Amino acid sequence: MDPSRKRKVRFVVALGVAVLLAGALVYTSFSASSEARTPSQLLTAAAPGEVYRLTGKVEPGYTRRGTTTYFRVRDRAGQGSVPVTYEGTLPDPFREGREVIVSVRRRGDAFVGERGSLITKCPSKFTEQKT
Amino acid sequence: MLIVGKACLILALGTCLYGIAASLYGARSSRREWVASGRRAVYALAGTAGLAFVILQAAFLRSDFSFALVASHSSTTTPAFYRATAVWSSQEGSLLLWLLLLSLWSSLILFLTRRRLREIAPYATAVLLGFGAFFVSLLVFLETPFAQALPAPAEGVGLNPLLRHPSMMIHPPMLYSGYTLFAVPFAFAVGALVTRRLDADWIRSTRPFTLAAWFFLGVGVILGARWSYSELGWGGYWAWDPVENASLMPWLTGTAFLHSVMIQERRGMLKVWNVSLVLATGVLAILGTFLVRSGILDSIHAFGASTLGVPFLVLIVAMIAGSIALVASRAAELRSEHRLDSLLSREAVFLLNNLVLVGLCFVIFWGTFFPLISEAVTGQEASVGPPWFDQYTVPLALALVLLSGIGPVIAWRRATAANLRRNLLKPAAAGVLVLVVLAALGLGSEPGALLMFGLAAFVLAALGQELWRGVRARRAMSGGGVPSALVALVRRNRRRYGGYLVHAGVAVLFVGVAASSSFQDEREVLLSPGESARVGAYDITYVRPTADLRAASNGRLERIDFGAVLDVRRDGEPATTMRTVKSYFPSAAPLAGPVSRFFDGEATSEVGLQAGWRRDVWTAIAPDTAALLPRVREGDRVFGEADLAPAARDALLGQALAGLVRSYASDPPPATFRLIVSPMVTWIWIGALIAFAGGLIALWPAPRGTPSRVSATYAARVGRDVRTPAQV
Amino acid sequence: MDLVVILVVLTAIVLLVCAPLRRRGAWALEEDAERAQLEAARDAKYREIRDAELDHRTGKLSDADWRAQDRALRAEAVDVLRRLDAAGFGQGSDPSPQ
Repeated sequence: MDPSRKRKVRFVVALGVAVLLAGALVYTSFSASSEARTPSQLLTAAAPGEVYRLTGKVEPGYTRRGTTTYFRVRDRAGQGSVPVTYEGTLPDPFREGREVIVSVRRRGDAFVGERGSLITKCPSKFTEQKT
Repeated sequence: MLIVGKACLILALGTCLYGIAASLYGARSSRREWVASGRRAVYALAGTAGLAFVILQAAFLRSDFSFALVASHSSTTTPAFYRATAVWSSQEGSLLLWLLLLSLWSSLILFLTRRRLREIAPYATAVLLGFGAFFVSLLVFLETPFAQALPAPAEGVGLNPLLRHPSMMIHPPMLYSGYTLFAVPFAFAVGALVTRRLDADWIRSTRPFTLAAWFFLGVGVILGARWSYSELGWGGYWAWDPVENASLMPWLTGTAFLHSVMIQERRGMLKVWNVSLVLATGVLAILGTFLVRSGILDSIHAFGASTLGVPFLVLIVAMIAGSIALVASRAAELRSEHRLDSLLSREAVFLLNNLVLVGLCFVIFWGTFFPLISEAVTGQEASVGPPWFDQYTVPLALALVLLSGIGPVIAWRRATAANLRRNLLKPAAAGVLVLVVLAALGLGSEPGALLMFGLAAFVLAALGQELWRGVRARRAMSGGGVPSALVALVRRNRRRYGGYLVHAGVAVLFVGVAASSSFQDEREVLLSPGESARVGAYDITYVRPTADLRAASNGRLERIDFGAVLDVRRDGEPATTMRTVKSYFPSAAPLAGPVSRFFDGEATSEVGLQAGWRRDVWTAIAPDTAALLPRVREGDRVFGEADLAPAARDALLGQALAGLVRSYASDPPPATFRLIVSPMVTWIWIGALIAFAGGLIALWPAPRGTPSRVSATYAARVGRDVRTPAQV
Repeated sequence: MDLVVILVVLTAIVLLVCAPLRRRGAWALEEDAERAQLEAARDAKYREIRDAELDHRTGKLSDADWRAQDRALRAEAVDVLRRLDAAGFGQGSDPSPQ
């Protein structure tokens, strides 16, 4: 095989590998991703066992029992709210009225938060913090 | 002084616009005085930006609350060091810092290259001033740092307690230096494309700034990771957060460029690839700056101001469109001069390394922007988490480490296969040996980590072998002992051995990352004093609570600290003590109760960290403040009803808080502890230090050589020139 | 007071920026760029030669392979020097630093 043909073959092979890897990447990202949901959206349609990324405000009045926190997340601008059970320490900025993002899974009527997925957004220009 | 600050920014804008016009005119008409004038406009920009920055800085240090920015980000109780660094804790101040650093670095580089790259420099100047004009416009029209507070409050809001950490304050200047330094090769690449001069001279002059940018950005990234680990109550150093990713991406493409540019230097190949890498790095740097401020992606860092989103987007689109247009229209000049001589060459390994690095960058890009991509494609916003990132970055990182071991051992142009096999034998044996030993020790449960350890051993052995052979060769040539030969060897081949040291540092860093992520033991437990928990091989006992009132520098009460003293015990080793504290800062809200405001404001953790060579023990506490609530409410009620003079009130409040604190110490409710035992974390920081030392060695300028004498025979001249010290 | 400071800054900028405009003169940009490019190419070639030698001494290249590469590289270096001289840039020009 003459050199330029060899080079073309190499190039095509490399390109093919790249395309395959990119394809795998794209495919797994769509299948492994968790959809963003507001509390009202979760109330209307939440398949059990699916992980969703819940965003909303923490309602006043949450309780802690041992290492578990029970709090409600409300729509940023609305009435829907869902109960969340979260195991583990809360991030330092966690407060009533603050916006949070947490990955949750439905279990019956409540939603269980995935460990380490709770992110609290600070209300203004300050940096935020994750558990 | 507010007026002066505003005026400085307006003058800066005018200077930028003038400089762009002067540089372009000077370039088109080949008049050096206009080019020089344009260059001086950059110096003038640095001056005015510096003056504006100094005015703002002085206002912060003086606690001049007529500056709205000072009132909202600082207070009289903030310590002087943090008052100084609070300047860039705000959106406006950080933009001003970005502008200042851009103008300073641009001035330096244009000054150093004022006698070189004379065709390209004017266009590069125009591009840099274009960036300057963009940021000044943001500061003048959208986010002014010199807004007036009317009326000026008596006390400021204060700095977010989360930001009170030395490395958190050095992290932004380092990061911004990295970003702004990457703007320079971008500008010179644009200039080179416009003038169609993408040749050896362009490479020679662009490489040092790219290396400096790589250095600063790398330091910024590591500092951010270090801060996250030792300051936040989370215990991790990397979360694949969008802003973390945004700072890593230009660093990856910059690293790729530093390698592939050597191929262009030698074989005149990959011109399109290289110029695209430089342009992409500049775009990614601006993208990183944009992500933090725009709030378009949910991140732990987002500053949340969305007014800047649109201007930045316009800039980024313009940069991308312009880059593509330029590269496409210069296709003729970008044709390769040669081809790869052999697949068995360092050039080929560099090519592979480039593919891995760009692949890594693509994976991270895709994952970071996935919420936007999925929304565009499916209409539903979705995001991917760390497991998805790890799935792809781990194999790519393994490939990268493997290549970084083969690269140093293979020759340029065309390696001798037999020699290569022989040279790889011992390092490969070292790698396999380490693999086998560690597997025998039971670490086989984590194959990814095990493979990384083996590869790191391979790399370090290969580099050690290289160093040894180089020293031996040097001694054979010019005698001397091992140390002096080593020094001479490195001095004469800074790029090579600096690069080797970087590879060694990166290998060590990955060992730390692999060990600490795969073999970590983590627990969250509720403990009362006297109780203990077992984490990994450690028994950690909650000995006693601590509770203190802390005063600020001016004597006023700053915060309440609730914490714990812990006893850390491991079989056969003496016991050690750890302390951890959670600090409660009062909220400034006017309606908060005098006692309960302390539990409505910000809280920060002071992590208990016992760093060691082999493992770190990490802990954070979350005291149960709910148990104190009855007493807190009682305190609020009592103070609400009491009618006292302010001085007496303050004194009584102090006593009440002291009492509250004592009650916590004497009858503490159980507290939640997060306990982590992580092996080899220290080696991450050590690896980074080694890599940066290598970067410095590679950056170090070569000494000036003595001029060579005239000789009629070219061959003889080549022989002589090659020997002179300047040819490093 | 503020106004005075602003005027001072403005004057400083104008002076700084206009200073070169008083010295005029066109410029052999093309020639400079040619020369710089050839010098940079020469320095890069020298570096290649030294790297090849180091590769040989540290055992990455066999004697035969190295001799062949060295010959080729030196020929390429001679070529660059010829082009430098042909363009009139340079007998005995000193090797520029990095």
